[in-house]
Amino acid sequence: MGLLRYESQVRPPLVKGSKNYHDVTVDICRPVEARPTRAWWIGFTISVLFLIFGIVSVTMEVIYGTGQWNLHKTVGWGYDITNFVWWIGIGHAGTLISAILLLFRQGWRTGVNRAAEAMTIFAVICAGQFPIWHMGRVWVAFFTLPYPNTRGPLWVNFNSPLLWDVFAISTYFTVSLLFWYTGLLPDLATLRDRAKAKWWKMFYGVAAFGWTGSTKHWQRHEALALVLAGLSTPLVLSVHTIVSFDFATSVVPGWHTTIFPPYFVAGAIFSGFAMVQTLLVVTRKVLNLEEYITVEHIDVMNKVIVLTGSIVGIAYLTELFIAIYGANEYEGFAFLQNRVNLNSPYGWSYYIMMGCNVLSPQIFWIRKMRRNILVTFFMSILVNIGMWFERFVIIVTSVYRDYLPSSWATYYKPTIWEVGFYLGTFGLFFTCYFLFSKFFPVIALAEIKHILKRSGDVQKDRMTEVEHEKLEEFVQEHGHDHGV
Amino acid sequence: MAIKKFVVGNFDDEAVLFPAVKKVRRAGYKIHEVFTPFPIHGLDKAMGLRDTSLHTAGFIYGITGTSIAVGFITWALTTDWPIVFGGKPFFAFPAWIPITFELTVLLASIGMVLTFCYLCQIAPFVKKDHFNLRSTDDTFVMALECTDKTNEAEAISFLQSAGAKEVQVMRKETGWWLGRYDKDRKPFGQ
Repeated sequence: MGLLRYESQVRPPLVKGSKNYHDVTVDICRPVEARPTRAWWIGFTISVLFLIFGIVSVTMEVIYGTGQWNLHKTVGWGYDITNFVWWIGIGHAGTLISAILLLFRQGWRTGVNRAAEAMTIFAVICAGQFPIWHMGRVWVAFFTLPYPNTRGPLWVNFNSPLLWDVFAISTYFTVSLLFWYTGLLPDLATLRDRAKAKWWKMFYGVAAFGWTGSTKHWQRHEALALVLAGLSTPLVLSVHTIVSFDFATSVVPGWHTTIFPPYFVAGAIFSGFAMVQTLLVVTRKVLNLEEYITVEHIDVMNKVIVLTGSIVGIAYLTELFIAIYGANEYEGFAFLQNRVNLNSPYGWSYYIMMGCNVLSPQIFWIRKMRRNILVTFFMSILVNIGMWFERFVIIVTSVYRDYLPSSWATYYKPTIWEVGFYLGTFGLFFTCYFLFSKFFPVIALAEIKHILKRSGDVQKDRMTEVEHEKLEEFVQEHGHDHGV
Repeated sequence: MAIKKFVVGNFDDEAVLFPAVKKVRRAGYKIHEVFTPFPIHGLDKAMGLRDTSLHTAGFIYGITGTSIAVGFITWALTTDWPIVFGGKPFFAFPAWIPITFELTVLLASIGMVLTFCYLCQIAPFVKKDHFNLRSTDDTFVMALECTDKTNEAEAISFLQSAGAKEVQVMRKETGWWLGRYDKDRKPFGQ
């Protein structure tokens, strides 16, 4: 039996089909080594077109100012900050999958972590665009950094949540990138050693940093991954907590609530997993990786979606209850008149949010639905729409009527350039994702090989036989060791 | 940076490799390195490697980040240019916790990754000699260093008896050099 580790038969196999190590390499490297398909070119072209539209939209804003977006008093934060929070929320699933699930020793993360981390990085890049271009005079964006300047030096306000955001998001981006890239090194080395063409040998040779896979390297690599996971876990929680502080530390009714940090974090994980589902359901089909990203993976992620969706639902109800019970008339007004009241200008958005985020994921209590690919795909889109409306509800319905009724905003509608900017970030996101899925292995090769002997199909069958033959002896010898 | 002679055994199963490593060490051969396509837990212990101190380095970098953040913000907001924000004291420590935390994580991560690259001697455009191209795919490669006292034939047969599928004698560069993988030129001659 050698290194064969005991894993309960209750856990379904994570790699389908009778694979050996070489098969795994070949399967996962195939999309990278093959020429791009027609579908890839079509998708890539559409993404680039969207990106170009986004660039044009941003250019309009830089030339003419943020007035190009329909922002005014009192709606100073509209689509842009909604989109920012939406993207940054999506950017939470990758690190959650790779870091928190690494600490919790969840074997299933190996199939999805690489793509999810990549998605995180692209989502954070997209998110970062919004506060940066929202500054208006973007050429002085560096004023947000504490550098010795000629104005005193006048330091930035370290007590401000907006500055915390600058630090949180740039740190999150850097750490996610480092975590992702160090994880990629061994797989890039595999591609390098398999490459036939001169150009690819050079490209992957440079990208793999000269990785050899020696035991010393692996030992340090594992230590690094573990510590980075340990650091990323509080980091991922801190980032969305700090984003929620942008609202929670203000005195705007509807924002000024202590429930925001946990509520935002749960929402971030919720929307992040939905985006992972959207991407992976398509990726596994198109790249022929259904044996690695199995229905089991989709099932587990749907469980996370129903859990976090319900947490978010509880948060919505708690918030609403406190608004009614709390006897603060301004907060009560923000909730009952601006949100719950269907006849108010944005009342509809509150119900879209409730429907998409709280009610619809409840379908995932049914096992059959969790394992249905079409339902999963449809639900993941629905959740992403719902989560966008959550941020829209929080931001716009809180600010469009402030304390002074004479300054209540007329109906805030986004302009074409505001929508164009949002579509442009979709372009950016999918352009990056298409390039990633073409040039990098979308599944962590080394990690799949690592769990193959425990969670592969064939090994599971063999293990079942041994288990049936002499159970007690087996458990004594191998223990219930689930070590990853 | 030296070219040395190695007896290289290729294994196709880690379950065979593991006892082989122990056997080879017991027999007194010097294992130069074992190359595997994925991390094998416990192999470092079996090879007698000491634990990495990367964690300690990470802790030191982290503490540095904490100190820089707390020290700098304290100086900037209490000494260099004190400003009253919202009637709070100049030394408003709770409000600095987020940035302190972020800087701790940032410095620990960047520092650890750079230390990792330094310890492993890896970087872009760094090239190293390969023992077997399949070692990043599905082959487990054990390289024994040949010293003056090593009996090559004996080492080869020993590796074969330990389960190696294929054993070769190779001369390889142990260090790294700047180079590209699409070119075979070496700076140190062979």
